[in-house]
Amino acid sequence: MNTLLDLFLTFVRIGCVTFGGGYAMLPILERELVDKRGWTTLDDLRDYFSIGQCTPGIIALNVSTFIGEKRGGIRGAIAATVGFLTGPVTIILIIAMFLRNFAQLELVQHAFAGIRVCVCVLILQAILRLWKKSVVDPFTLGLYLVVFVLHAFSGLLPVQIPAAVLVILSGLAGVLAANRKNRAAGKGGAAQ
Amino acid sequence: MNLLLLMAEFFKTGLFSVGGGLATLPFLYEMSNRHPEWFTHADIADMIAISESTPGAIGINMSTYAGYRAAGIPGGILASLALALPCVIIILIIARFLARFRQNRYVEGAFYGLRPASIAMISAAGLNVARIALVRLDALTSGAGLGEFFIWKALVLAVLIFIGQKKLKWSPVIFIALSAVVGVIFKF
Repeated sequence: MNTLLDLFLTFVRIGCVTFGGGYAMLPILERELVDKRGWTTLDDLRDYFSIGQCTPGIIALNVSTFIGEKRGGIRGAIAATVGFLTGPVTIILIIAMFLRNFAQLELVQHAFAGIRVCVCVLILQAILRLWKKSVVDPFTLGLYLVVFVLHAFSGLLPVQIPAAVLVILSGLAGVLAANRKNRAAGKGGAAQ
Repeated sequence: MNLLLLMAEFFKTGLFSVGGGLATLPFLYEMSNRHPEWFTHADIADMIAISESTPGAIGINMSTYAGYRAAGIPGGILASLALALPCVIIILIIARFLARFRQNRYVEGAFYGLRPASIAMISAAGLNVARIALVRLDALTSGAGLGEFFIWKALVLAVLIFIGQKKLKWSPVIFIALSAVVGVIFKF
């Protein structure tokens, strides 16, 4: 099939099932892009998520653009991003036209309470799968705990640190820690 | 003219909201103050509810909805594209940069720190969903027992999905659809 059309249709499908922010998307992306199509690797996907957290725009959109670019350059990026937008935009247009009190319908509330449970499990699986390659030593474990506490319980803290700032600081800490590790390794005779 | 103004406003929102859909909220409130004829604060509250129950991030949903209110179907489509545009441009630039500097020592070092931070934020997001989906926080303050705190049927469903995913290897999409059906039948 034509690469652009393939990209577009794949992301239409992904866009239609992205509930609960971009994070629940990870297992779906892994299934569709890594397992079934071999378009990218789980490692690359995780890095796209990291970048998506400190660049403007919605993470799910950023990831679509990244994968589209990798497959088909600028045109691929546009095909994937527009594909991703198609489902949500269509659904909201229909709701705006016909169903003003959509979210109050009992049926809808029950269905989405069920979907939220599934989203929890999907996110948990994403974490379990990424854990092994990301939290590899005391430094990364410490950083994980600090960022988790600061981010998850930001409501209880006197000062709220924006996510983007946390991400940038984590990147800097990574550079410093990696440097120290390299220097220590260098002294041991394994200089890079 | 109205359409151009609408696109400019959502382009700006897309450019400055960093880190997920909820980051667009403060911009949406400001926009509503400037253009009350597009949408009101009450509309934003409705939109948050709708956003939670439809696919897509709230930023996209809000731009579609506000665009539709302001200028019909073309408005809905153009406002959403305007929101996405800055993010596409920036990611295109970063993608080129990454391809060239992937092996750079500093870029590798940055990812060494970014990866655990990224998972930490995913964990926080998961905790947020679990807080609504699996437990009743108000049971704690009202002094009811642990039996009231957990939403047991949701926990059973969660365990079943977890095992099912491991054993069956179906697409996550199927599990999302099944969960919706279970939610309706068992009145979650």
